[in-house]
Amino acid sequence: MTVAIATRLVALVASLVVASILVFVVVNLLPGDVATVMLGTNATPENVAALRHSLGLDQPLWLRYLQWAGGMLHGDFGTSVLSHTPVGPLILQKLTVSGPLALLAAAIALAVSVPTGVVAGVRYRRLSGAVLSALSLGGIAIPAFWAGLLLATVFAVKLRLFPAGGFIDWTEDPVAAARSLVLPAVALGLVQAAVLTRFIRSAIIDVQREDFIRTARAKGLTRWQALQRHGFRNAAIPVVTILGIQITSLLVGAIVIENVFVLPGLGRLLFQSVGNRDLIVVQDLVMLLTAVVLAVNFLVDLSYRLLDPRIRTAS
Amino acid sequence: MRRLPPALVAGAFLVGLVVLVALVSLVWTPHDPDHVIVPDRFRGVGGGEYLLGTDQFGRDELSRLMAGARNTLLVGMVTVVIAIAAGVPVGALAAFYRGPLEEVAMRASDVLLAFPAILLAMLFAAVFRPGTLTAMAAIGIAFVPVFARVVRGAGLQVMQMDYVTAARTFGSRGWWIVARHLLPNVGSVLIVQATIAFAVAILAEAALSYLGLGTPPPTASWGRMLSDSQSYLYQSPLLALWPGMAIAFSVLGFNLLGDGLRDLLDPKLVERLPAQG
Repeated sequence: MTVAIATRLVALVASLVVASILVFVVVNLLPGDVATVMLGTNATPENVAALRHSLGLDQPLWLRYLQWAGGMLHGDFGTSVLSHTPVGPLILQKLTVSGPLALLAAAIALAVSVPTGVVAGVRYRRLSGAVLSALSLGGIAIPAFWAGLLLATVFAVKLRLFPAGGFIDWTEDPVAAARSLVLPAVALGLVQAAVLTRFIRSAIIDVQREDFIRTARAKGLTRWQALQRHGFRNAAIPVVTILGIQITSLLVGAIVIENVFVLPGLGRLLFQSVGNRDLIVVQDLVMLLTAVVLAVNFLVDLSYRLLDPRIRTAS
Repeated sequence: MRRLPPALVAGAFLVGLVVLVALVSLVWTPHDPDHVIVPDRFRGVGGGEYLLGTDQFGRDELSRLMAGARNTLLVGMVTVVIAIAAGVPVGALAAFYRGPLEEVAMRASDVLLAFPAILLAMLFAAVFRPGTLTAMAAIGIAFVPVFARVVRGAGLQVMQMDYVTAARTFGSRGWWIVARHLLPNVGSVLIVQATIAFAVAILAEAALSYLGLGTPPPTASWGRMLSDSQSYLYQSPLLALWPGMAIAFSVLGFNLLGDGLRDLLDPKLVERLPAQG
């Protein structure tokens, strides 16, 4: 078990290194260079040279990579060229919006998908199961940002129950802050729930066909008892895998939905930095989000071992 | 005759409809989709000659929806072609040669898989220039590891077959075995995977166009139409309805088609892509 975890950990670190090189190379592959792009129409040879020097662009590529990667490991994410503020604290501040948004959306997704997925799976031959299944198929096709737009039209524009956009800081008015996260979290959570419902449903259908469930039923347990004692844990393994993939999708969905509701989170920061070509912030954020995806994959891998003793002993 | 899976029929119908609309829009739309008629702005549904009303510039909504189908299909096709063109050779070579080549290709694809398509597209938009081409390239590249992995997975099974061993004993060259035996046998996996990737590409492009990092104006694109509609939710809330429905029906169509083809062809190796947007 320890050896297996150590191997996965080495693989995680290697992936992080390769991913960081990829991000760094893409940003620095630019025809011309970062300084020219940043200065835009103001670029004169002197300006470019001065900015190149202040950004350290006159140093060799490998040295700059080491400085960037090493700095991130120490919590130094560099300085935004546009706002002249350090990127690290900026990201931390944006996390106070994006973090709660993602958690709330994930909670909504699980709260909706687990019961509907289980019911749709257990009753898959009945009408109610088919209806839930069709609903979830429709839900997968809906872009989260459109769901957000529709929710904003109904609950903000027509009914005026929630704000259609904007954010008041937690320290100023915690209730108002929470209220402005409701619609985006529901939009994001419901679309996620549709995807998860389908996977939970098929996992439950599959597990019901297993021999051990038939044996349990033959011993006199009801369908529900058999599922509770033997089914759910087994059905959880494929669901955990998809949960890992869906966290990526949650992250991406949050980037877009923050822009629908003008929430000052990481997604909004990324979008604005892309528009302003603030490449250092873009480079940091893309690396950070990719690191989150890799870390989640690693945790998913570990959780198999906790859920399934067969994988534990096999390793 | 075997009964076709219902998902296949429903999916083929929806996809067929989108393709038909896109083709018709090449030769005919009720109005010029880009023609601005300011006095006619914000006409409601059925407002005179405009079946679905007009947008903030008085452009016919239905005509723009039809033209948008073209853009959607173009983006889907180009991204899938990029992903297949790069992913299939990598996967096939990894399955054929095994060893260090396979190890490097698969580890690299694992890392690339950690970059969600939209994130990659935003990185590309910052470094190069935002636009349809940049978006298509980024989404296509993000799908490359998915195709490489399914082709490798299916390819490994094919390489175990007796006919491949036989071909090797005859002294067939590597490229011949790959072209003659490996690729035709991974076709069904590839078709299903391409269909599902198409749906995800539509979602990703819509999200990027919504953010203004995809198809630039005045070209009609469903994502961009949604982002335009957001400023006019009070005057004309229905403008936020039609493009979203068009996206949802297209994505539903491709997803159903993929599911149906999977039932029909029964490949087990297709990878689930995260829904994006």
